[in-house]
Amino acid sequence: MLDCKQSSQLISQSLDRSLTLRERFALQLHLIICEYCKRFSQQVQTLRIALKQMVNSIENNSMIEMSSAAKKRIADLVEANHSQT
Amino acid sequence: MTTPNMHDWLNEHGDFLYRFALARLRDPHLAEDVVQETFLAAIKSPDFAGQSAPRTWLTGILKHKIIDVMRKNVREIAASDLMSDEDANMDEFFDETGHWAEKPLAWDMPEGALEQKQFLGILQSCMEKLPAKLAQLFLMRDVHETDNEEICKELNISATNAWVMLYRARMGLRKCLEINWLGA
Repeated sequence: MLDCKQSSQLISQSLDRSLTLRERFALQLHLIICEYCKRFSQQVQTLRIALKQMVNSIENNSMIEMSSAAKKRIADLVEANHSQT
Repeated sequence: MTTPNMHDWLNEHGDFLYRFALARLRDPHLAEDVVQETFLAAIKSPDFAGQSAPRTWLTGILKHKIIDVMRKNVREIAASDLMSDEDANMDEFFDETGHWAEKPLAWDMPEGALEQKQFLGILQSCMEKLPAKLAQLFLMRDVHETDNEEICKELNISATNAWVMLYRARMGLRKCLEINWLGA
């Protein structure tokens, strides 16, 4: 019988690999009786979705711009490398 | 001359590429560096002239540059502090019988736009509290959807190491969210 520590490890790993049949079975059994691990399972999935939203919100935030110093530096470097070729 | 103008590209796509990198690396300087490397790689590439979808092409190059940076960073922890304190670290989450030391709470996910924004803000600050390299590995896996095998190969760590690190990241994040968002 799995304890919560083992079960939470399997829940996390289920996002990164396919569990074996035996593991899946043991985990399902545990989840039937354990409300907390069931919550944990929902939470890690929520985290994954929320992180994607977080990344998207940064990506689409047109207020965030590269510093003009960096832009200038890149433009100069592009210039220098272009004339070489 | 049909050669596209790299300066136009920089103006049109530079900020987008920067945000793309910033969202994943979380460090403005690192983000600027990878954008710089991307443009330099682009200008030297033989494929440069024929690009009809520059943003997609540049983003593809950028992704590789980002993974390069992450690989360097994560490799450092992979070897050193990874396995040594694995159990010690997890002890704060479970009691000696393997039960939750603090029971996970029921999360009521925010539905309104404002609440959602607040939630994402807290998530972001929780990400910042994670060790930077761990956060990067986590983003690489959960957001970039980098294949787990590829991560292990790239970082030269075992699959088991990767699972342990990702597990730690998830445990740390959910705890941080419960404290700062639910006030647990």
